[in-house]
Amino acid sequence: MRPRLQILSPELLARIIDEAYELIATVGAKVASPEAREILASASAHVEDGIARFPKALVQRALETVPKDFWLYNRAGEAVVHYGGDDVYFDPGSCCLKILDSETQQPRLAVSEDLVRMIKVTEMLPEYAAQATAMVCNDVPGEMGDWYRLLLILLYSDKPIVTGAFSAQTLAIMLELLAADSGGVDALRRKPRAVFDVCPSPPLNWSPFASYNLVELGRAGVPAEIVSMPLAGATAPVTLAGSIVQHTAECLSGITIHQLAKPGAPIVWGGAPAIFDMRTGNTPMGAIETAMLDAGAAEVGKWFGLPTHGYLVATDGRQIDAQAGMESAASAIVGALAGINMISGAGMLDILACHSIEKLVIDAEAVASAQRLIAGVEARTDVLALSMFAQTGLHGEFLKLKETRALFRKEQHFPSSITDRGGDPSAPDILTRARQRVNDLLQNYQPPQISPEVVQSLRAIAARHAKSVGLDRLPSVVTEDVALKVG
Amino acid sequence: MPSDHFAAMRQSIIDGAADSAAALAKEALEQGIAPLEAIDKGYVLGMTEVGAQYAQHQMFLPDMLASAEAMKAAMAILEPELKRRGGARPAAGTVVLGTTKGDIHEIGKTLVGTLLTAHGYKVHDLGVDVPSEQFAAKARELGADVVGVSALLTTTMRGQKSVVEVLDREQLRPKVKIIVGGAPVTRQWAEEIHADGYAHDAISAVGLVQSLIQR
Repeated sequence: MRPRLQILSPELLARIIDEAYELIATVGAKVASPEAREILASASAHVEDGIARFPKALVQRALETVPKDFWLYNRAGEAVVHYGGDDVYFDPGSCCLKILDSETQQPRLAVSEDLVRMIKVTEMLPEYAAQATAMVCNDVPGEMGDWYRLLLILLYSDKPIVTGAFSAQTLAIMLELLAADSGGVDALRRKPRAVFDVCPSPPLNWSPFASYNLVELGRAGVPAEIVSMPLAGATAPVTLAGSIVQHTAECLSGITIHQLAKPGAPIVWGGAPAIFDMRTGNTPMGAIETAMLDAGAAEVGKWFGLPTHGYLVATDGRQIDAQAGMESAASAIVGALAGINMISGAGMLDILACHSIEKLVIDAEAVASAQRLIAGVEARTDVLALSMFAQTGLHGEFLKLKETRALFRKEQHFPSSITDRGGDPSAPDILTRARQRVNDLLQNYQPPQISPEVVQSLRAIAARHAKSVGLDRLPSVVTEDVALKVG
Repeated sequence: MPSDHFAAMRQSIIDGAADSAAALAKEALEQGIAPLEAIDKGYVLGMTEVGAQYAQHQMFLPDMLASAEAMKAAMAILEPELKRRGGARPAAGTVVLGTTKGDIHEIGKTLVGTLLTAHGYKVHDLGVDVPSEQFAAKARELGADVVGVSALLTTTMRGQKSVVEVLDREQLRPKVKIIVGGAPVTRQWAEEIHADGYAHDAISAVGLVQSLIQR
């Protein structure tokens, strides 16, 4: 039996869905892109003064065409991340400006080398099924901030990618890079390697770019991931149930726009909901209520049979300390038990303002534990215990039994050097262990199996667009063959 | 005027009770109390107490917003009378607020505006997605003391730097002070872009504005 967290009673779930339908039918949602408005208006939505009201029948039609699941592919073209059902995967959080410096443990602006280090470490950790365009690199012009992160992942990783664009122009560049990586626009559509976050502004506001994004991604056939962010008590109802209604309404309205633009295009029921801290005005991502919002929102998405996403495994503290461990591990477990398909957020601190590679390797242990938890307790032997007692009686020498040797690897997760289980009495503190682990992973990093032609075409696209924003020379992490081990 | 009437005014602000704050203001005017006396001996003391209770973790943002609304309700009654008498509550200062270009988040900035208003500042809120030039134009027009620039996104906080540059270029500084805030914004960032101040939350933004104007 798969252990599961159910956080909404069937009655409450039904009420949430009813109110969400009514919310977008009566209050509606702001839709800023003229094209999205036109698509809605010609499909029986009532559009007036920039606000679209969505009839239930229209939303239900979209729900009939939206795929119940889809796959993300790695560079080799293997289907490795299944968005759908109760499969659970994790990826690092995104997208901040700062990194907690490995040496000083003080935040500073991130540069290309930081992101490359993070990509390499993520590549080496099986706990992360996908890469994330985790940081904005401050050593290149801001106008290329979004596509440049994607470029680095394409050069340094084989894994699927969770990403997002900052503007209409750069979305086109990102799709161009992905197509070059996949071997063409059709190949990208057939075997997408990336999913793009699309963020409505709470409450129920599809900004010019967000609504454009939905339409364009739908047409490109590249998976979109709605990141609905109700902030309970500030930009959403204070109650968790009320905020989940808003999350539901934002997802339903987004899916409707997306499916009208391109029926059958893949899209994820996702979000980064949070409570609003009534003292600081901050949005604590490590609060238990935030995790409850993620679990509740995913439960609604699952009721519709859709792929889901959430934002957990982050801490609000600013250092790698007990709070970071507590919040990240607790929320990883909630997300896994909720069966959320993609859980973003690992590695992040300071309410998503800062990333840490050391925290990323520590969080990987929390992720592994959460994955072990949902694998559940299984009957691996015909007789559970009696036959083993028949062999050893009350001597208690289970260590010698063949069952022990045959099954302990299945029963137990073996933590990395991050976890201190008392083996080495002189084991250093967690931060030192994390730094050592990062160094080990970097030393053992295997560069991707990327063809010289793909590298060349990625570099050419990058050089052209970098030039248009005034950067004549791309950073060496892009141009040096030695670093990439091309061929 | 009995002192318990002033105490009731003070309490109406602490309770965030807009109706009683307004009713007490009307009553005071009927009894011939000078509007400024009602403000200084009653309502303002309530706002001071609210700040103190917030600092002691006894009041939270929704309480404080309710108090600010109650203050607004009382002032709506008292200010016309003040004006009629040819006076005005001396403004503590003039503040222009807005969210940077490309950013449509307004909650933090609005909170700052509400609290500054409750503390006697004249606040002009430019709204969201505000071009840097507009901050400068409005500051010049109003002779503002402080310009507050909010940003929620890591991608739009660079707009705060642009506001600093435009105000420099238009030679509005150092007379006009620039303060910055928002989730991704830090003191370090504020220093880096040569802003005059940074506050990590709305209530400390009030203290920051006070200290910048007194300086």
